[in-house]
Amino acid sequence: MDLDGLTHTSGEWLKGTGPEADIVMSSRVRLARNLARFPFPTRADDSIRREIEHLLREQFERRPAGLKLNYVHVGDLETLDRQLLVERQLISREHSQDQIGRGVAFNDEECISLMVNEEDHLRMQVIHSGFSLDECWRQMDKLDDALESGVTYAFNEQFGYLTACPTNAGTGIRVSVMLHLPALVLTKEISKVFQALQKIGLAVRGLYGEGSQAMGDFYQISNQVTLGKSEDELIKTIHDVVPNIISYERRVRLALVKENRQSLHDQVSRAYGILKTAQTISSEETMHLLSSVRLGINLGLIDDLEIPAINSLFIHTQPAHLQKIRHQRLESAERNIVRASYIRTYLANGGAAPEN
Amino acid sequence: MCESCAKDYLHQSSSPKSSGSLPEGLSEATEEADDLVCPECGITFKEFRAHGRLGCPNDYLVFQSELVPLLENIHNETQHVGKVPKRAPNASQRQYRLVKLRTRLRAAVEEEMYEEAARLRDEIQTLERELEGETAPSPFEE
Repeated sequence: MDLDGLTHTSGEWLKGTGPEADIVMSSRVRLARNLARFPFPTRADDSIRREIEHLLREQFERRPAGLKLNYVHVGDLETLDRQLLVERQLISREHSQDQIGRGVAFNDEECISLMVNEEDHLRMQVIHSGFSLDECWRQMDKLDDALESGVTYAFNEQFGYLTACPTNAGTGIRVSVMLHLPALVLTKEISKVFQALQKIGLAVRGLYGEGSQAMGDFYQISNQVTLGKSEDELIKTIHDVVPNIISYERRVRLALVKENRQSLHDQVSRAYGILKTAQTISSEETMHLLSSVRLGINLGLIDDLEIPAINSLFIHTQPAHLQKIRHQRLESAERNIVRASYIRTYLANGGAAPEN
Repeated sequence: MCESCAKDYLHQSSSPKSSGSLPEGLSEATEEADDLVCPECGITFKEFRAHGRLGCPNDYLVFQSELVPLLENIHNETQHVGKVPKRAPNASQRQYRLVKLRTRLRAAVEEEMYEEAARLRDEIQTLERELEGETAPSPFEE
């Protein structure tokens, strides 16, 4: 399958059209499911994994819940294409390792993706722009029902949906939101948010980075527990806490604009300036500057650029995307030059992709 | 991730001397449990402890008593509440009980607790008859 087309588009969920999209980048619901009577993927041999892949692909072709799905077998893809899928959040990094029976189905909008034979037989995710957990769950629930009508899930009354790792047993659900919190990071109040979230059993992870240092000031909040609470309860925990974080970030943003308008304006302008003119730029610096510019747009300090354009840049300046756009493999130093060139052209065009 | 959290919890049992710091009764239980094998996928409990991942859905029955404290540790709960598959929930419940009883029967026979074994066998036969009588031929193979 030719994935080149993906490089010219962004997933639907990047468009920044959802509720509270200035702070909530995206909402995501993921379900883990396994087929009854089959060993889990790590324990299964090649022929069994092929069988599982075949059974699931049959179901995907039936257009479950009315969805038109594209299927790719990971082993058929070049490394760069696999990395592309990871960057677009359609597969996990683990899933990009080649293995017999490994594949992913996704729809054109890229808001639904189903991984086959990752840690579990089936890992499905629905991702939408902005704060829209209920919509994600509704779609996920429907898809789950549709698939279940064609296969038998591994399930028992006590432990719920059975998964390869006990940390996912029960509902098998992972609910998460991705938040952009540059003001809280700037004022160093982000640690208060971490502590509050830990108290209610939520995990916080930096996006594009390890541990607590988040590149681009993006943080993903998700549930840790999956057993003993219903899906609705788990969704509600995050659903109820997010508005508090949103208003906290907004309050701090307003305070910054009131008290430090000059220095804030200077910061975002410099970030914008560097992006518009740099000749070579690393991924890390790009994230950092894009975050400032995004904040600038949200606060009305930058008015010639739209949020969807900035969101796209976060994805299209990633390593595999750049190399696909250039149709060639690039070493790190070359990538930094290509990245800078791409950004300059993009921003000069008012936020449109360079003609290629 | 799952592997490290499962390892954290399960690796405590490797030294019997430190049983004072472990959850009550876990160290002895874990050593005995190490030899438990799932008849369907062949994984031993020891292997599960080493990798933090189970081999197949049936492991949840075979290792049931060992998994309960582990799940309690991870989730603070051990009973699933929430969505259930639409297909034949009653049959799946009976199925679950049946497999559980069979495991206990095997254990009773091994430990030469023949009275208990006989009792379990009767219970199994009753359940099997119920299952046969109540469920229509199912569209999927078990």
